[in-house]
Parts: sequence; structure tokens; C-alpha cells
Amino acid sequence: MLPADFRTRRFQAVGGYLDSWAMRSETVVQVQALVKRYGSKTAVNGLDLTARAGVTAVLGPNGAGKTTTIETAEGYRRPDSGTVRVLGLDPVREAGALRPRIGVMLQSGGVYSGARAEEMLRHVAKLHARPLDVDALMERLGLGSCGRTSYRRLSGGQQQRLALAMAVVGRPELVFLDEPTAGLDPQARRATWDLVRDLRADGVSVILTTHYMDEAEQLADDVAVIDAGRVIAQGSPEQLCRGGAENTLRFTGRPGLDVGSLLKALPADCSAAELTPGAYRVAGKVDPQLLATVTSWCAQHGVMPEKISVERHTLEDVFLELTGKELRS
Amino acid sequence: MTTVGTYAPQPGAAPLPRMIAAQAALETKMLLRNGEQLLLTVVIPTLLLVLFSSVDIVDTGKGRAVDFLTPGVLALAVMSTAFTGQAIATGFERRYGVLKRLAASPLPRWGLMTAKTASVLVTEVLQVLLLTVIAFALGWSPHGNPLTVLLLLVLGTAAFSGLGLLMAGTLKAEATLGAANLVFLLLLVGGGVIVPLDKFPQGAQDVLGLLPISALSDGLRAVLQHGTGTPWGDLGVLAVWAVAGLGAAGAFFRWE
Ligand SMILES: Nc1ncnc2c1ncn2[C@@H]1O[C@H](COP(=O)(O)OP(=O)(O)OP(=O)(O)O)[C@@H](O)[C@H]1O
Ligand SMILES: [Mg+2]
Repeated sequence: MLPADFRTRRFQAVGGYLDSWAMRSETVVQVQALVKRYGSKTAVNGLDLTARAGVTAVLGPNGAGKTTTIETAEGYRRPDSGTVRVLGLDPVREAGALRPRIGVMLQSGGVYSGARAEEMLRHVAKLHARPLDVDALMERLGLGSCGRTSYRRLSGGQQQRLALAMAVVGRPELVFLDEPTAGLDPQARRATWDLVRDLRADGVSVILTTHYMDEAEQLADDVAVIDAGRVIAQGSPEQLCRGGAENTLRFTGRPGLDVGSLLKALPADCSAAELTPGAYRVAGKVDPQLLATVTSWCAQHGVMPEKISVERHTLEDVFLELTGKELRS
Repeated sequence: MTTVGTYAPQPGAAPLPRMIAAQAALETKMLLRNGEQLLLTVVIPTLLLVLFSSVDIVDTGKGRAVDFLTPGVLALAVMSTAFTGQAIATGFERRYGVLKRLAASPLPRWGLMTAKTASVLVTEVLQVLLLTVIAFALGWSPHGNPLTVLLLLVLGTAAFSGLGLLMAGTLKAEATLGAANLVFLLLLVGGGVIVPLDKFPQGAQDVLGLLPISALSDGLRAVLQHGTGTPWGDLGVLAVWAVAGLGAAGAFFRWE
């Protein structure tokens, strides 16, 4: 999902920006057997997560332990057991070395209620050696017109965007974004996505949490699904969609076709059925090869398949399949 | 369209003195912009000084009222900034995740605390300037060694800061708001600021005399009104409060 002009961008690039392909193999966050309790409540329960350079999306139901995991990586919480390494450093013991290299967007808050938007962003910029241009960043995130508005008077979406700007203004190597697009309107969401893509293209790694499956599909190189304090699936969005659930091919034809004969033509792990008279469903790993097999079987049997359709499972299907459909407490 | 490499990582902390200066400047701005804070730190001390110097409401003993009141009001100013104001501001910063967010920035925690102290000191300098000018206009004639006065103010600031931060770092923001205002009011009345401590029964005097506000106002009054050399007793009381308060704040402060 690289931008179309990625190659040209690469060759125009200046300074310390890494080759994106080589970069992908580099591990930015390594969490091993992490356990974190709040009193008697175990929020994270033996969690393993490896985030490579690029964009990693962390998904999971409310209360799954996403924020706890991210905040442990940010150095806010000391693991009860297990190890966490961020850019090769211990986020608690080596906090001083790590902090200038990461950008943090908390799930909420983080700004003086009386501070003006621009004032706060300029302040965070001043804490860094080579910050981004504040005006350009404000403009880019649609905050240009509310620079003089105090934080408590900003709308929820504007507050979110300010927090995002604060996370990237110091030119970090790695950015943690806890639900960066929660409560944003569609335009602001796109603006956030575009910024994440540009960060990635410029060699900044991003770890974000989200409840939006399309967001993970659009942005992430890797997705980790957390449930009840553990990672229950990890991989690229494509891998997850392929691996978790079967895909489906449907077509209509004359009723009463010989499904047994169709089944013999298909690979072993596929199933085929006539759901209602004339409506057929093939389930399995749907790829071009399978589509060709089905259509050539139809040709051999003089069947004109109508309304032929392929339904790919979305990340949302996979997510619901993995984490169950019932509401979590 | 952004130009290429805009976001290419170039991490790094700003030089420490610059970070602390920026943080102190922002904290001071936040304080001066806040109406309730200004009421506490500027309006109330000023009104008390002007009102009680010009109208004979409380018996301030022999001598001019302004000579009795100015040291007390200076002590009150220190308390309003270092204790009440700092406790309330820090309590809400903790509540709104400001302290948490800053903890992830390159500014180390001790740097943040240094900046807070610097901001308190800057505010106090402004308060002292304002109150001194008003006091002089009311005919104030101070005595004593200015360095002793400075030492008292600094120790008082340390004592009140410790107590303010202890409150802000352990209680909920709303509780801190209520408690800090209540304490301000009680100590205003019972800490020898405008009402001389000898108006209280002997038993109460002994206890009240050990409060940091009483030690500060008594010490300042000893020097500024009576020209005493060094009020060791008051300095000792303030030092004990400073060590205990800052120690407890260091041990129990919660950042979120
Ligand atoms: N400070 C805390 N004290 C006590 N329990 C906590 C605390 N923070 C989180 N928890 C509990 O730990 C569990 C995990 O919380 P966490 O915030 O990590 O979830 P999350 O995946 O980020 O959820 P959401 O999608 O709602 O943001 C929850 O059951 C929550 O109630
Ligand atoms: Mg969360």
C-alpha cells in the first residue's frame, strides 16, 4: 500500500531516511510474556507482540488491554512480569534515552485546559531539537483556524488532532497513537490517514490502536488482535483475511446441478452446496485458480453461471470470528 | 502536498535549560491567565492590604497598621502561589493528563518540577513588587536585612510547595481544589496574617504558632516591623515543614 510515486520519492529523499524495504525487517517494539495487573484485575496476561518498522495496528474489544500494552511500551507502567523493548531500549530504565525518540498520543487529554492550541504545539516543539514547522503542521491537520482557541473550547475532533500533532512534531522515529481517529469526522479521518501514510513513507514507524477495521486494512502493514490481555492473531491484513476465515464464491445456474461432480473438480478443502434451487455456494480458499476451475466445470456441463460473485472476508468478519459477537464488559 | 522527507526522523531533546525555561514560561502564562488564580494571588492580598491598612477593623497592636499588615500579606502571597495556586493547578494538570503527557516528552520529571518552582518564584517576584509598591504608597516603613527577608520567603516557598504538591499528587483534583481553598481561608484567619496571634487563647497560640504561615508571617514581621536580626525559631519551623513536605511529596506523588 505504498503511494504510487514511492520510487521517485525514494530517490528524491534526503538525509537519514531509511530504505523502506530494508527497514521493514527491523523490530521497533518487542513485547514478551507481558503481564500487567491493576490490583486483582489482570489487564494484560502473557502478551507477546513484535512490531516491525512500518505501521502496526492493534485491534481488540473494549478493555482488551490495548492501552495498557501501549502505555507499558511508552514507559508509563512497569511490567509485573515479562519484558518490553522499544527501539532496543527498556522503556522504564532507559526512559531518558528513549523519550526524545518517540512520539505519544494518549487516548485522551494531555493538554493544559487553558492553553491555546498553537501555544501548546509550539511548546512541545520547543522541547525537541529539530521540530517540524508548527504552522505547516497546524494547517495540514486543519487546525489553522483554531490556533488561538483554548484547549477546553476546541471540539473533540480538534482536540484529537492537536494531540496527534503533538505526537509527531518532535520528528520521532516511532509514534504511538492510541485511537487517533476516535470521534473524527470523515475528512479529519482521511487527513489523519494521509499523515500516517506520509510518516510511513518518510521512515517513521507507527503503532496505533483502532476500532475501525477499514482503518487497519488501509494503513497497517501488520495487525495484532488483542483479546482478554493476549494477542490472539497477528499478521498482515491480507494474511489475516485469508487465514482466519474461508472465502465464498456464489453463482446461480439451473437448479439441480450435480454438486458432487463439482466437488470432485475442486481442491480437497473446498465445499460446495446448492443453498436454494439454482443458488450455489463454493466455500474455501478463493483464488483465480478456483474461479477458473468453477467456470470450466460449468463450461463442461453446459451451465451458464449467472450472478457469479466472490466474497472476500473483511477484517471485520475475521475480527468478529476471533473475538466473538457478544458484547464485552 | 507535502515535500519529500518532511517527517524523516530527526529525534533529539532540546538543551535542558531551554526546555526548563520554556516549561516555566508556559506554566507562568497559564497561571496569569487563570482568573481564579489571579483572585487568590493578586486580588485578595492586595485588597486585604489596602482595606485593613486604611480602615481600622482589626486591632493590629501599637504602631501603624500597614507596618503590621505588609509582612502578613507578603506571607499570604507566598502561600497563595506556592501552596494554594500550585496545588490546584497541578491537581488539574494531573487530572487532565498533562503531567502524564509531559512525562513522555524529553523534559525529565525533575526538569518539570524545576520549571514549576521557577514559575512559582517568578509569580512571587511579581506579587512582592506589586504589594511593596502599594505598601509604600500606604506609608509603609520597613526595617531589617533584606537578605533575611529573602531567606524567609525562600524557605516559606519550599515549605508551601512541598505541602501543595503533596496534596495535588495524592488527592483528586476536585478534593484538592476544595481543600486548598479551605486551608487558604483557615490559615488566612488563624495564621497571624491580619489577625495577631495574641488575640487567640494561649493554648491555641502555641499550636497556631507552629503552622508554616504563622512562622512565615511572624518571621517577616520580626524583621520588617521590628528590625530583628535573624528569627531562628521561625526559620527552624519553616525548614522542618519544607523537609517534611517536600519529602512526603517526593514519596507519595502520583503522576496520573
Ligand atoms: N488505571 C487502571 N486501574 C484499574 N484498572 C484498569 C486501569 N486501566 C485499565 N484498567 C482495566 O484493565 C483492562 C484493560 O484496559 P485497557 O485500557 O488497556 O483496554 P483497551 O483495550 O485500551 O480498551 P478500550 O478499547 O476501551 O480503550 C480493562 O478491564 C480496564 O478496566
Ligand atoms: Mg484504550
